[in-house]
Amino acid sequence: MTVFVTGIGFWARGLPDWPAAVAALTGNELAPSSATRPTAALLPAGERRRAPESVLLACEVAGQACAAAGLDPAALPSVFASNHGDMTITDAICATLAENPLETSPIKFHNSVHNAASGYWTIANECRAPSMAISAGPVSFAAGLFEAAVQACGSQSPVLLAAYDVPAPGPLRDIARHTEPFGVAFVLAADDSHGGQRLRLRMNARVSKNTFSELPPSLQALAEANDSAACLPLLAALANKRIATIELPAGTGTSLTIEVGHAESSA
Amino acid sequence: MPTAIAPLAITAWTASSAVGLGRVALASALEQRNSGLIRNDFTATALPCWIGRVAGIEQVTVPDNLARYDCRNNRLAWLAIEQDGFIDAARACIERHGADRVALLIGTSTGSIAVTEEGYRLLEDGRIPDSLRERLLHTPHSLGVFLAEALGTRGPCLTIATACSSSAKIFASAERLLRLGLADAAIVAGVDTLCGSVLFGFNALELVSPEPCRPFDIDRRGISIGEAAGFAILERHDDVSGHAGPWLLGHGESSDAWHMSTPHPEGLGAALALDAALVRAGLAPQQIDYINLHGTATRKNDEVEAAVIAQRFPATTRASSSKGWTGHTLGAAGILEAAISLTAIEHNLVPATLNCERLDPACGPQLALANEWRHVRTAMSNSFGFGGNNCSLIFSRDRLN
Repeated sequence: MTVFVTGIGFWARGLPDWPAAVAALTGNELAPSSATRPTAALLPAGERRRAPESVLLACEVAGQACAAAGLDPAALPSVFASNHGDMTITDAICATLAENPLETSPIKFHNSVHNAASGYWTIANECRAPSMAISAGPVSFAAGLFEAAVQACGSQSPVLLAAYDVPAPGPLRDIARHTEPFGVAFVLAADDSHGGQRLRLRMNARVSKNTFSELPPSLQALAEANDSAACLPLLAALANKRIATIELPAGTGTSLTIEVGHAESSA
Repeated sequence: MPTAIAPLAITAWTASSAVGLGRVALASALEQRNSGLIRNDFTATALPCWIGRVAGIEQVTVPDNLARYDCRNNRLAWLAIEQDGFIDAARACIERHGADRVALLIGTSTGSIAVTEEGYRLLEDGRIPDSLRERLLHTPHSLGVFLAEALGTRGPCLTIATACSSSAKIFASAERLLRLGLADAAIVAGVDTLCGSVLFGFNALELVSPEPCRPFDIDRRGISIGEAAGFAILERHDDVSGHAGPWLLGHGESSDAWHMSTPHPEGLGAALALDAALVRAGLAPQQIDYINLHGTATRKNDEVEAAVIAQRFPATTRASSSKGWTGHTLGAAGILEAAISLTAIEHNLVPATLNCERLDPACGPQLALANEWRHVRTAMSNSFGFGGNNCSLIFSRDRLN
């Protein structure tokens, strides 16, 4: 299955967009960014106040990717991938349920669904296209990439993928390794009419492990600090415009092989 | 715009809910109008409402080698997968196609969140007790890994968690994988179980009825929450020569782009989803014999859905909500109600809208209040979730052409 990456969004602390990430991934010096919270400029101000952090993060990177692709978000089907969804909301709801369940917050409850980011995103952009929220545990990025590519190839039209996870608060620190927020988004097209870098994807029945050793040291730490950041080796190949083969764990006994090429090399 | 798709064979299916385990129990409860709803006996803190609780989950044991994934949600999955010979059919399917050619697609809303809830009730020095720290149980994908390990699938595997449309969308996802040749069969599973989050969460939104839910009744007061599990195997028609039916004919997905927990007032998203399903199935509205409605019994859902159905379908299309039997099973509702649609086809039975006594005048003539025995060749099932996430599916007895 072949798709083309026509727009990329990126957000991590200190690396608030894809150009900043490219600089870091290509080993270039970078003016330090003080960005500590995604702005999610596409959300109306009221929604930005109400939305949990994971939603801001997902909408930030999704908005960047659409802008980079030059496509109207209202027209794009979307896949939102996250291992845990919003852990701050989970923490708050579980704490209330343990103390006094009758005080459960209605807003927190409706923000607790795994498709909260998908909901806020489609509402803010008046997007009536299909939208999906998926989890595949720690391999949610790989599963989300595959699903988004399937949708793009199935419909022969571009699809938005956003993958994100936020830090685990409180007692959830013992059950999730997320210590840093991280989000990434791709607009994927089924053909090269919008340009973009080529990805050839294949699901295989074999076990693989994430390898972060070729990343710059600061990004190795980020890759270890968030499940969604398992995509960093792929992003490194894209940033360096390098032809590469990346293997990502994609589930029980399966892995996703990603051959990164270029639009102009059409093999 | 969507285009017509090749029908997919449904070569095995089963569902378990508050009305009982497996297809015979489901059909018999529908035929005899036996609701599975009971007074809430699930929550430690009193919550006066009715629930669709599956009896016997507490006694289920999961296989020894998967004991680390033991929780209410995976127990219900294990109980349900053993009905109607489904697990044997799944293993035979994997044997036939090869493990790497079989996709496993899961739909759930809350998964095993009950484990996280329990961890917080039992905090020790502010930490989740050791015995509850299996990481996977605290993710929405818990059931996916449990089933992948139990069945041995090695194809694409993910969990779709789009609230109440989750286990309808797994059918759409499966169809794309099979159409593109990325898998030769898909095992789809939807499981959601009762937990504090949903009972007290929907209660906080003032959407829980103090009496058994009454879909489309003028005096309806909200939902009754239930739990359920359903499974199906989908295969391409050219791989299953001699398959008599049933078939998945079409699917349609859309977003409301309106509000996180209230449907679009004119049902714009719902209409887009069912129109897309009709186009993929290559059917006109008058060719749909039965619609299993989302019909949650909230004021808003039923009003909006009733108007969409009244505008689009002739009176010969019969429609009902089955939530008076099972409650709203949230992430499992898509596949449970797909199973009820398949039951309607198998038994030529349009189920009643149980507990609906005085029909909301917003409803058209399609609404069935009593069981109707009539030919059902095609059935549509609607699922609409929080975030404005909609999915419609169309099933049929035969291939129609």
